[in-house]
Amino acid sequence: MAALVGLLVGPSLRAAETAKTIKIGAIFSVTGPAAFLGAPEEKTARMFIDQLNAKGGLLGAKLELVLKDSAASSEKTVSFAKQLIEEEKVLAIIGPSTSGETLAIKNLCEENKMLLISCAAAETIVNPVARYVFKTPQKDSQAVIWIYRTMKDKGITKIAVLSSNSGFGAAGKKQLEDIAKTEGIEIVANEVYDRAATDLTDVLTKVKSAAGVQAVVNWSIEPAQSLVAKNMKQIGLDVPLFQSHGFGNRKYAEQAGVAAEGILFPAGRLLVVDELPRTHPQRRLLAAYKRDYEALYKEDVSTFGGHAYDALLIITEAIRKAGSTDRDKVRDAIENLKGLVGTAGIFNFSPTDHTGLALDAFEMLTVKGGKFCLYKK
Amino acid sequence: MDHGSLALQYLLSGITKGSIYAVVAIGFNLIFNATGVLNFAQGEFVMLGGMLAVTLTHFVSLPVAVTGAVLAVTLVGCALELLFFRPLRRHSVLLMIVITIGLSIVIQEAALHLWDEKVRSLPYFTGNEVSSVKMLGAAISPQVLWVLGTVALAVVGLHVFLKFTLQGRAMRACSSNPEAAMLAGINTANMRTLSFGLSAGLGALAGCVISPITMTHYEMGAPLAIKGFAAAILGGLGNPMGAVVGGLLVGVLEAVAVSRLPAGYNDVAAFAVLLLVLFVRPHGLFGSLAAEQAREC
Repeated sequence: MAALVGLLVGPSLRAAETAKTIKIGAIFSVTGPAAFLGAPEEKTARMFIDQLNAKGGLLGAKLELVLKDSAASSEKTVSFAKQLIEEEKVLAIIGPSTSGETLAIKNLCEENKMLLISCAAAETIVNPVARYVFKTPQKDSQAVIWIYRTMKDKGITKIAVLSSNSGFGAAGKKQLEDIAKTEGIEIVANEVYDRAATDLTDVLTKVKSAAGVQAVVNWSIEPAQSLVAKNMKQIGLDVPLFQSHGFGNRKYAEQAGVAAEGILFPAGRLLVVDELPRTHPQRRLLAAYKRDYEALYKEDVSTFGGHAYDALLIITEAIRKAGSTDRDKVRDAIENLKGLVGTAGIFNFSPTDHTGLALDAFEMLTVKGGKFCLYKK
Repeated sequence: MDHGSLALQYLLSGITKGSIYAVVAIGFNLIFNATGVLNFAQGEFVMLGGMLAVTLTHFVSLPVAVTGAVLAVTLVGCALELLFFRPLRRHSVLLMIVITIGLSIVIQEAALHLWDEKVRSLPYFTGNEVSSVKMLGAAISPQVLWVLGTVALAVVGLHVFLKFTLQGRAMRACSSNPEAAMLAGINTANMRTLSFGLSAGLGALAGCVISPITMTHYEMGAPLAIKGFAAAILGGLGNPMGAVVGGLLVGVLEAVAVSRLPAGYNDVAAFAVLLLVLFVRPHGLFGSLAAEQAREC
């Protein structure tokens, strides 16, 4: 329907807008330590743009994606952002993949009035709100609340917190510490490990020796997520393991093998689309994205690719609503988007909420038989 | 957990990490002895070994895959020497060290394009991700025993090779006095190639046995090279057996640091001790001044 509108509106606008292409910049860490975020994001973005162009583009113009690989380096991200703003003069930038990189260019984009739709999760990206900066993943604090509430259901009050020394790990650690008290959870061990760690048995031995640990929460986006699971079993630390929403990649569950069984983590519904009721508003979009992505790239979808999908969905929807490629009009249109069905949830933006997702965007998932499924109490 | 078994658990954790550093450190030493070059691409051999073995397991059984990967990386090591170091022999050692850093980056990028950015791993040699062996109250993965056993065998094998075989003696002769070795009819150029091959093969073997524990990805080499280098310096450059002690020491120090300090400080502790040792013994724990001076002539 939307594409149809685009086709009908297209020709009349073409005269006014001189039918140029709409340039969208993308900064993803396609290679480097955060490649498992950036690679599916980049693939998703290319697929999204190709699909949209095949349907005739937007407002009669074709979309062009200007892709940059930051390799998870904040320095590179800053120079790419400058390039996209000053030389490429893109309409908006999607990405970066990690919170650290996003925070490195948050002010830059705000000062240059450049629309930035980040695919990273940290709360600080949208809090305090910057007029031109939005993000698509669910908030860390929402993930933490889901974890703590699930713990309370299971009667767990004393926990150990592990996090990696990355932007994502640090942001999660802070939320875990901040929210613990209000949710009645006591953190009895709290350790930060190196993001490139290859063995965590020593850190977990320390956790094991701390008194009364009933569960472990690990907050990282690195392969260390599988290490924690394996090492816990190996040293005989038999308590439930909770992971962040960064666990939403089947690869990690595979890497941890049978050690992944029973891991609990909050995530969007993309990973459990087959379990959703037929009437669920997200089901059609999720199933289509999963089918197209897996057919095109011959690999499993991850929630991370979904963040890029949502970023492009938000921009294109806002351009349609605004009926223009004027950046300020598009920005205003984003703040007025309500009930937009995306992969991460249903977006309701406002001038004070630049994430647009509520607590119900998450589900608690678990690993059963090597597969992600909904956690049922 | 009581104090004894807790200490043992930390110790085992340290020894696991340390044995990997030790193998990388031995690789540094072998090449340093034969050529005077510090090969900073040493960690890439570990990565290549793991990557190749993972790929080969799709076609052949695990033991064949590991053997194949080790042989292939050995050839890669020899090829690097023949292609880069032999023609540039006349240049300064410093230049060649810079070349190894360049090679390390090239190998990483090549691995990224040959494979991809994803993390992969070999299956556990015995048991699986959750099996553990209990000993005196501590528990470890059976794969740790594979790592320790393999590293121990490799070290003993290398020792026997260097001490008792003609080739091994020739290699040592080259390192203690290249001119005299040449006069005695030893083909020093070939010995240098052999040292690259040997050190590459050792690294690849380590890469295979640690793959189930640490997982393998294209960027894993560089951090290992740094730790391995620290271990080699600590043990004393030029002494492969010193490297074993150095590696284990760095690993155990890290584990001890974790038990007493926040986990983020483990590198600080390990490197602080390294600095202290170097202040007192600039040639490392087991390095000899004489060997180094002989090399520099």
